[in-house]
Formats: sequence, structure tokens, C-alpha cells
Amino acid sequence: MEAIFLGLILLLSIFLGFELISKVPATIHTPLMSGANAISGITLVGALLAAGAGAASPRLAILLGVIAVAFATINVVGGYLVTDRMLGMFKKRGDKG
Amino acid sequence: MLDHLYINAAYIVAAAFFIFGLKLLGKPATARKGNLFSAVGMLIAIIATLLSNQILDWNWILLGVAIGIVIGVAASRLIAMTAMPEMVAVFNGLGGGASLLVGWVALFGTVNLFVAITVVLSILIGGMTFSGSAIAWGKLSETITSRALVFSGQRFVNSAILIALITCAVMFVLEPAHNSPYLYAVIGLACLLGIMAVIPIGGADMPVVISLLNSYSGLAACAAGFAINNVILIVAGSLVGAAGFILTNVMCKAMNRSLPNVLFSGFGAAKAATEVDGEVHPISAEDATLILEAASSVAFVPGYGMAVAQAQHVLCELGELLESNGTEVSYAIHPVAGRMPGHMNVLLAEANVSYDQLIEMDDINPRLDSIDVAVVIGANDVVNPASRTDENSPIYGMPIINVDQAKTVFVLKRTMASGFAGIDNPLFFGSNTRMLFGDAKTSISSMISEFKT
Repeated sequence: MEAIFLGLILLLSIFLGFELISKVPATIHTPLMSGANAISGITLVGALLAAGAGAASPRLAILLGVIAVAFATINVVGGYLVTDRMLGMFKKRGDKG
Repeated sequence: MLDHLYINAAYIVAAAFFIFGLKLLGKPATARKGNLFSAVGMLIAIIATLLSNQILDWNWILLGVAIGIVIGVAASRLIAMTAMPEMVAVFNGLGGGASLLVGWVALFGTVNLFVAITVVLSILIGGMTFSGSAIAWGKLSETITSRALVFSGQRFVNSAILIALITCAVMFVLEPAHNSPYLYAVIGLACLLGIMAVIPIGGADMPVVISLLNSYSGLAACAAGFAINNVILIVAGSLVGAAGFILTNVMCKAMNRSLPNVLFSGFGAAKAATEVDGEVHPISAEDATLILEAASSVAFVPGYGMAVAQAQHVLCELGELLESNGTEVSYAIHPVAGRMPGHMNVLLAEANVSYDQLIEMDDINPRLDSIDVAVVIGANDVVNPASRTDENSPIYGMPIINVDQAKTVFVLKRTMASGFAGIDNPLFFGSNTRMLFGDAKTSISSMISEFKT
């Protein structure tokens, strides 16, 4: 039952993603991509659970978890900051200076 | 139980922030706020997870987060805008790598058939994203050649890898363990497949690859979410997967090619285009400036060459000079100009060009015949009229910016060498075309100084 429930969530999220992104102007393609990429760093949540599992967890699992946390944190922090930096440059006439 | 409930409630809030964030991110005027919304969503998801009673030991987390923050902040602050495509590739790859590891760690808990299958998926997609992005980074930063690497028997080798991968994946699922030799084989083969998938793709097709890898990094997170039974990973991951897929599609359409065609065929290998003979008309920067001064409308058409020459700042300066002279200035952007979706827009935004001056291909084409001068800066294939006329051309059918219909065309180009696709461009021989040879930045700079005198 759990699998069916998760599958339904997957289906709806994919449709929602299609709806949200279609008809986005080309001007914004790069920030959109890097912003979406930062969201894919959500895997950090899973990495935190792996790295914080405590002493009961095998060494290797903790080690893999820490690497995953570092990777995903770079993805999240770097992704959001770089997107913000790019979007800060997008200006319309009149906003200038 | 209470713990589980509050975390999932927080995840719902986070998901709402992601959805609103993506929606706002789709419009230039609200995009920055959208990015902030999505960052808040991320923060909520992370804090809720950290407060969970499943987190028993903070030391390792702090270590990982500290490393990640230092590198992430430094990278995002120091990177030059021209290096943005490879930066995005790196972030993509790290996200994919993290999902691979999260899937792997899930094997240390209780593993049933469902978990085993989803772990394999997260490792497969995550591994391909990781190594594929590494190659993409290498190609974009020119650390390795950006040309398509094609060798005979490539399809055979790739099929063999794929079959071996599927076999190992099935063997693993039948008897899942965190130290199964089949697991290591799947990880290795997935990474190998990612490498093999990206090496035959040339520089000009990179926008497709980057957005596809972006889609994969989302799907990898989604698969990892199934493996560890975490809803927010599934929601956020599939949103990104869908968004990346749409962008990939837009890029393919802009090249009039199907996704399999981009992924599985080295470009330009198949057909020999009709050769073009004719006379080129060179022009000096001095004369070009005189014509620009007299023009009432000018459209600049930038391509990857503008990024290479770092000519966006001088271009903007020239544009402003022309505007103060009463000329109507616009910038016509082809969807696949450059090395990633929207590459030119970011560079021009960096140079302070207002985004309402950036005109999309479909909007500029109908009125190009009324434009006095179209100035092509380091673009080639995206303005090649052979795509309309020459059925033998490898790019036949690709929508282009029809600069040849403008009254006069200037082409800023270093030499007569052909573009990425390795095909002749009849535009250069057109009677209304004037070639301004030399480095784009130098040429534009000398036009600016001519203009000022």
C-alpha cells in the first residue's frame, strides 16, 4: 500500500512539474535550470539521516553518509547562491543603476 | 509516531515552498523571489529532518555540512559568469553522486524487494549523472576536447555495458546486500555508462546534455526517496526531473532533432553538405561603424564565440552608444546559442543589458526584413540559411535566426573556419553580408572608439 501511495505522489509531482515549467521564456532558462538543480539537492535530507544514524550504524555507512552530506550541501548551497547571483543581474530598463 | 507526523507535516510545507518557488522562477520579474522561496523550502525540510529522533549523532553531519558550505559558498562567489555551464554541470554531478550514496546506505537497513529495486535505480541514475556530469564539466571547461568522440564499435561497446549492467542489477535484486559484488559492479558500470553516454556528444549539443543531466539528478533524488521511504525526496526530485525534461525537449526542438538523435549520433558525420562557392566581402571596423551610425535599427545575434571572446561587456557598450544615437537596438537569442540553455541571456544580463531587449528567435524572425543591420557575433550554425534551403545539410530543418533577410549583415568572425557542425555557411557569401574579421572583442572595441571620434 505504501508503494502505491508513493507512486501516486510521484505521478502527481511529475505532472505538476510539467505544468509549472512549460512556457517559461528562454531568458530565464539558465537560472531556472540551476535553481531546479539546487532543489534536486533535496537528497541532502536522506544524506543527513544516513550520516546521523549514530554508533549503531556500521562505519562504512556513516562514511558514505558524510560524503553524501558534503556533496549534497555543495549542491544546495552553491546552487541557490549561484542562481541568486545570476538573477541579481537580470534587470529591466528602469531598474538600472 | 508523533515524530514521524511532524516531520511529514514540515515536508508538506517545504513542498509548497518548492512548488511556489518554481512557479515564480518561471518569470524574469519574480524569479529571484522564487529562488528564495525554494531555498526557504529547503531550509524547512533540512531543519525538520535534523530535529527528528532518527538523528542520533551530530558530529559527522557537522563535518559534512561544514565541508559542503565552505566549498559551495566559495564556488558560487568566485566563479566567472562565462564558466557557468561547467559550474552547473558540477552541481548536477554532486547531486547525483549524493543520491547514489544515499541509496547505497539504505542497504545497511532492512532490505526487501521494493527497497532493493529502488536502490538499484538510485545508484544507476545517480552514478550516470555523476560521471556524465564529470565528462560534461571536462568538455565545457575544455579540460578534455569538446568535439564529439566517436569510435567504431561504439554502439556495440555501449550495448555490452548496458546488458552487463542489467544482468548485474537483476542478480543484485535477487540477493541484495550492502557488500554484494553485484552492487559494486552496478556502481562501476553505471559510472562507465555515464561516461560513454556523454563522450560522443559535441560542444554545440551541450545544452541538451546539461538539461538532461539536470533532469537525471532530480530523478536520482526521487529514486533515493523511494529507497528510504521519504516523501519530500520523491516530490522535489520528480519536480526537478519533470522540469529538466521539459527544458531538454525545448532544446531538442530548437535543433529540430529528436532526443535519441542527439544522444546516439555524432553530429555532422552522416551527410556531406553542398559546398558553397562565392566571394566574401570583408569590411573594416571603420566602415562598419559608419553603416551602424546610419542605421535606424540594429539586431545583435550572439553565439558561443561571444562567450569565448568575453565580448559581452563591449557589446553592451556599443549597444548603448547606438541607442543614444537614436538607433533601435535589440539582441536576438537563439535557444541553443552557447553551451547551456539561456547561456547568452546570462552573459548579456551580466553586461547590464535589459532583459526586455533580449528577443527570442520566434519573435525576431518575422521582423528581421525590416532591420537595417544584423550583427552576428561568434554565431555560425544558428544563423546558417542552409538549414532552410539545402536538404543535404546536416542541420537541414533546424530553425535559425534569419539574419540573411536583414538589409545588411555583419559577421564578426576570427577566420573563415566553419562552425561546430563543420559545414559551410552560405550566409558568409551573401551579397548583403560583410565580414569583419578578427577577435570579436577587439573588433567591437575599435568600433566603439571609431564611434566616439
